[in-house]
Amino acid sequence: MSIELIGKHEKDKRANRDGYVAAMMELMEADNKVCHVDCDLESCINTTKLAKAFPTRTINVGIAEQNGMGVAAGMAATGLTVFMHSFGCFSSRRAFDQAFLAVAYEECPVHIVGSDPGVTAAFNGGTHMPFEDCGLYMNVPNMVIVDTADYAQTYSLTKKLAACDKPSYQRLIRKGFVTVYADGSDFEIGKGYELKEGNDVAIIASGIMVDEALKANEILAAEGIAARVIDMPTWKPLDEEIILKAAAECGCIVTAENHQVATGLGSAISNLLIKNSPVPQEFIGIQNRFGQVGPQDFLQKEYNLLAEDIVAAAKKAISRK
Amino acid sequence: MDKQLKHDLQVFAAEIRLQTLKIIGSRGFGHVGGSMSMADTMAVLYGEVMNVDPKNPKKEDRDWFVLSKGHGGPVMYATLGLKGYYPVEDAYQLNQPNTKFPSHTDRLQTIGVDMTTGSLGQGASEAVGAAIGKKVQGIPGTVYCAVGDGECDEGQVWEAAQCAAHYKLDNFVLFVDNNKRQLDGDVSQVMSHGKGISAKLDAFGFNVIELADGNDVEQIYDAVMAAKEVKGQPTAIILNTVKGKGAIFAESSGAHSSQPSQEQWDEAIAVSQAALDEIKNA
Repeated sequence: MSIELIGKHEKDKRANRDGYVAAMMELMEADNKVCHVDCDLESCINTTKLAKAFPTRTINVGIAEQNGMGVAAGMAATGLTVFMHSFGCFSSRRAFDQAFLAVAYEECPVHIVGSDPGVTAAFNGGTHMPFEDCGLYMNVPNMVIVDTADYAQTYSLTKKLAACDKPSYQRLIRKGFVTVYADGSDFEIGKGYELKEGNDVAIIASGIMVDEALKANEILAAEGIAARVIDMPTWKPLDEEIILKAAAECGCIVTAENHQVATGLGSAISNLLIKNSPVPQEFIGIQNRFGQVGPQDFLQKEYNLLAEDIVAAAKKAISRK
Repeated sequence: MDKQLKHDLQVFAAEIRLQTLKIIGSRGFGHVGGSMSMADTMAVLYGEVMNVDPKNPKKEDRDWFVLSKGHGGPVMYATLGLKGYYPVEDAYQLNQPNTKFPSHTDRLQTIGVDMTTGSLGQGASEAVGAAIGKKVQGIPGTVYCAVGDGECDEGQVWEAAQCAAHYKLDNFVLFVDNNKRQLDGDVSQVMSHGKGISAKLDAFGFNVIELADGNDVEQIYDAVMAAKEVKGQPTAIILNTVKGKGAIFAESSGAHSSQPSQEQWDEAIAVSQAALDEIKNA
């Protein structure tokens, strides 16, 4: 099974979190070792469904993320496959020492889920807006880091993570957002996907920025610029092959992420390029700022996370070739 | 308590003390205080109470022990070595390059260590998670966990405690090594515990057993046996211990870590050997 691009920029009527829940329902049904740990946020991502269907394997630790992370690790040590959820700010910053030691250092491979990544935290505002969640986990050896682009990708990669013996951090957008892929699309951990061909510039994006990159491709095409678009749902380990191929064939790169550029996808890609195939690179993402409250469309404009920003960056990158 | 068993456990505790000193002494410095205070509990657990098999250290239905106060690693290494997980002399490589015996217990390094600890408070949550993991899978066995009284400054200990009580983990037993000292001095001076750790754990929903002497194998054994009878509730056993118990240079100072002279090491080990001989011949 492969992937099927839709990419019509249409809102998905379903909430993205339900892609996670649908995958978890199937995983927990099929394997009685699969568990979900939550921190009083079951109602936010609809894992109340899991709690109803599998009450003994859905553990709510209350508003205590540090304990939740340790509990998840202890459960994993007894042979269980454990997913542990809180808002991204809490499942990264708040419980980072617990994730670092109890999950990663001692090899209790919990799959950590952080919801409301970046500007999707919207009305919860700056306190709840993780621009650095993946960056923290980028520092942790062996950690798998995933930022999914839509419902189908969330569903598919959640299932792949359950079978992964490494600890992981998965960003989970809660609400409905744009449909990029057809249902049934099948993704692999550690693999990037070329969605649009083009050799003038390569745009590498993940999460909510994939749809913006597809829009940017259309704007650039109208101006006669052929932009390759690559979706990179896995930030770590990186699909080095597809990046180096893009650098060689396009000669410049734009990275687009809903995250601090200093510690995220763009910086990981620049680390790879500088050692192997240095080409001009422009970084779309959060530029050393904190989050703030507001609707997501306002925040995407405020932090320059829109297709028009990618277009400008692409032209700049091309000019630097 | 059976007299022979009591004698055997006292001998085992004295052997653990002697080996703990030799292990730390092999490097010349380390966490003597919080290791020695736990020797009697380790003797009771590994000498009699716990269902463990040194030849099959990962067997599924075993009892677990999580030394959340992970800096007490040497007492764990002495106990596991004497129990037969490995030759106890192997642990004389404590903190040497490429050792399997790091200062803080590490489940990926040392055979028989169930969880990695060292960042205080975390072992408590991991032990609670292991107890939940056993319940979820219907695996028999108890998860024992030891925290220090200084460690109880960490909020995570209390998050773990409320979780254990909420989930009615009667397969979870929490020891508090109440040795009254932490790194910077007396617990009562550095960060006191309000109405006391016993009162706190009682308020959190634990069955609390406070021992007058946490270095008495009989009191410890009786408390663990009582804990096993309790259903629908976790048990906490408060060990009123002496930090550095049995190490003459550390017992007097109550120090968190020690770096005595070689003469002091020789003297302490000789005294510990004499204590072992005396108990054996009693």
